[in-house]
Amino acid sequence: MKLLLKGGKVIDPANNINKIADVLIENGKITDIRENLSIDDGKTIDVTDKIVVPGLIDMHTHMREPGQEAKEDFVSGSRAAAAGGYTTIASMPNTKPVVDSSIIIKGLKQRAATDAIVNIEIIGALTKGQKGMELAEIGDMSQAGAVAFSDDGHYVQNSKVLLNGLDYLRPFDKIIISHAEETSLVEDGVMNEGKKSAMLGLNGRPTVAEDIAVMRDILLAEYADAPIHIAHISTRHAIELVRQAKQRGIKVSAEVTPHHLTMTEDMVDITDSCTKVNPPLRTTEDTDAAVTGLLDGTIDAIVTDHSPHAEEEKDKEYQYAPSGFPGLETALGVLLTDLYHTGKITLPLLIEKMTAGPAKLFKLNKGTLSKNSTADITVIDTQKEWTVDNTKFYTRGTHSPFVGRKLKGKAIMTIVSGRIIMQNGIIID
Amino acid sequence: MVENKTASLCGKNILGLEYFSQEEIESVLQTAVEMKNIIHRDIKKVPTLRGKAIVNLFYEPSTRTRTSFELAGKYLGADVINITAGSSSIVKGESLRDTLLTIEDMGIDAIVMRHKAEGAAEYAAKIVKPVIINAGDGAHAHPSQGLLNLFTIRQYKGDFKGLKYAILGDISHSRVARSDIWGMRKMGIEVHLAGPRTLIPRFLYKEKGIFIHDHIEDAIKNADVINVLRIQTERQKSGLFPSTREYARIFGLNEQRLSLAKKDVLVMHPGPMNKGWEISPQIAYSTHSAIQEQVKNGVAVRMALLALVLTGGKHDEIIA
Repeated sequence: MKLLLKGGKVIDPANNINKIADVLIENGKITDIRENLSIDDGKTIDVTDKIVVPGLIDMHTHMREPGQEAKEDFVSGSRAAAAGGYTTIASMPNTKPVVDSSIIIKGLKQRAATDAIVNIEIIGALTKGQKGMELAEIGDMSQAGAVAFSDDGHYVQNSKVLLNGLDYLRPFDKIIISHAEETSLVEDGVMNEGKKSAMLGLNGRPTVAEDIAVMRDILLAEYADAPIHIAHISTRHAIELVRQAKQRGIKVSAEVTPHHLTMTEDMVDITDSCTKVNPPLRTTEDTDAAVTGLLDGTIDAIVTDHSPHAEEEKDKEYQYAPSGFPGLETALGVLLTDLYHTGKITLPLLIEKMTAGPAKLFKLNKGTLSKNSTADITVIDTQKEWTVDNTKFYTRGTHSPFVGRKLKGKAIMTIVSGRIIMQNGIIID
Repeated sequence: MVENKTASLCGKNILGLEYFSQEEIESVLQTAVEMKNIIHRDIKKVPTLRGKAIVNLFYEPSTRTRTSFELAGKYLGADVINITAGSSSIVKGESLRDTLLTIEDMGIDAIVMRHKAEGAAEYAAKIVKPVIINAGDGAHAHPSQGLLNLFTIRQYKGDFKGLKYAILGDISHSRVARSDIWGMRKMGIEVHLAGPRTLIPRFLYKEKGIFIHDHIEDAIKNADVINVLRIQTERQKSGLFPSTREYARIFGLNEQRLSLAKKDVLVMHPGPMNKGWEISPQIAYSTHSAIQEQVKNGVAVRMALLALVLTGGKHDEIIA
């Protein structure tokens, strides 16, 4: 079966390609990228004026499997991913039970193979039960196919435990993803500590909690000479710390979310928990620093931290609602609208942070349109105007701070292993 | 004052003083003057709210606020029902949304709500149609307390102009302090804050008309009114100050410190007091103290609020 994407602008940051070309797909692989290709058999799709990029990769999502399927599962979550233009997503282990053994990794991979329509990578817990006390069987989980390890949702408070993890993982060649917020400083906090929290009387999560945590993580990574990846970085100081550490040659990397790039604490509405997220929405100085971090290479990847919750969990008093909101279906539109169309970031750089960047960090053989690579491809219409409508979401998480926003730019086709799984917003099962 | 009579509060949700204009505050204060006369009558019942139903929905313990809202409603002829967390379906885990919808379906006109979560009253106002009156939501707001403090100040001082108002103690966790800050600032009163720095929000420095002091003596100095906040033992247990003994010695309002204030200083406290901690018993019962008067004024102000939001909403239309 052949598929030809004709006339689009191909952006493949991994190969430094940015030109009009046709993309030929045969038997699930990319077999040719050239101008003026044509095929006699198979299907040709005209993608003139559209952007053809490697399938988007999101290394930080919560698919909620196992145990929290009312929030999300591989069926709904992978369809949300496809709708948003993602072909590979990684799922975090803060589930019930916690993903902290190889049997759960294998079980999830098996379930993903039948339920999911995009590639699912599984991130294992660094510590047993994500309790931060003892290492989980990270060697065994590595061999079972875990892509990385994280106690996401919790900071690994005990420095010795994290140092052990950094040392122990060396032969397994996997990275640790750190949710960097010093626990004692954020315990009851529900939003950024600042003027707004002071006036609302809500407990704050100060920026210094993240700064301290990132600094400690960097020092441990330096000491162990091992890689550490900072999840959802959100403060200007933490970004500066990562920048300096990279200059010193320390193996630190960082990711940022669309909301920490574009939203601030001013958007917190005390009656609607859709802005409640950890780390919290910060200030303009922080979002500006995050954009700069993308531009100068301090930040390696953009992730959604897609964190869906059931409607009834989120629809309650701000402090009682769980943190997090879905992001897979809105990320690309928000980034194109607020960063690309505003001229803050170029399209190739934005695409790099959503494809080659994460692929390199997690050593995935993906995120490129190289010849003979698996045909995971996303087609983007940067001019398409649309309004975020949560009644049309594929994710089960409906409380998104982006609901109602008018966006410009959207994925219009998602291809996984040569098969079109989404076209014009419709999932093709 | 005549021009203020046009502000209508009909149907207004009373969520926080940040949502009040100066005219609306005036309207409440003026109405409360007449309401206070009713409390002194032999027969304390007027038909202003006859046929109206009010629910007191209290998720947290309360003596003053709940009783005064209940009496306020009853003096005005409304039917008032009390729902407390311990004796309702709330203990069965019913969500706030569902509890509100249940109350609404019974034909209630106003819900007076006390809740631990900041924003709970505002959230309620989005869900149901009856007027929501916030009787305290976490550390966010306690608008009727802010209004009764203003009412008490006017009663003793006559005018708000040029007054220095000091709030002492746990500002961080105090809804009273936040409502005071909004209320006093709207009426042009300078607000001075002092207490342990662990109990003062970090990010209020640059606000106009708000002054934060390292030493409580500086806040008290030349103050016209001092509002002493209740200090909760759990704040000590969570490490925000070393001991209640030390608190009393360094941050408590005693007679020596009070002498720094204006001669005719007025001392207020939202209650319940920890006498000997944040305030000395001598001051609490001294001639400077307006603490008992605040309680009386609390009923009058709450009568005014209920009358204004549940009738035509204008001061001059309410027949008391």
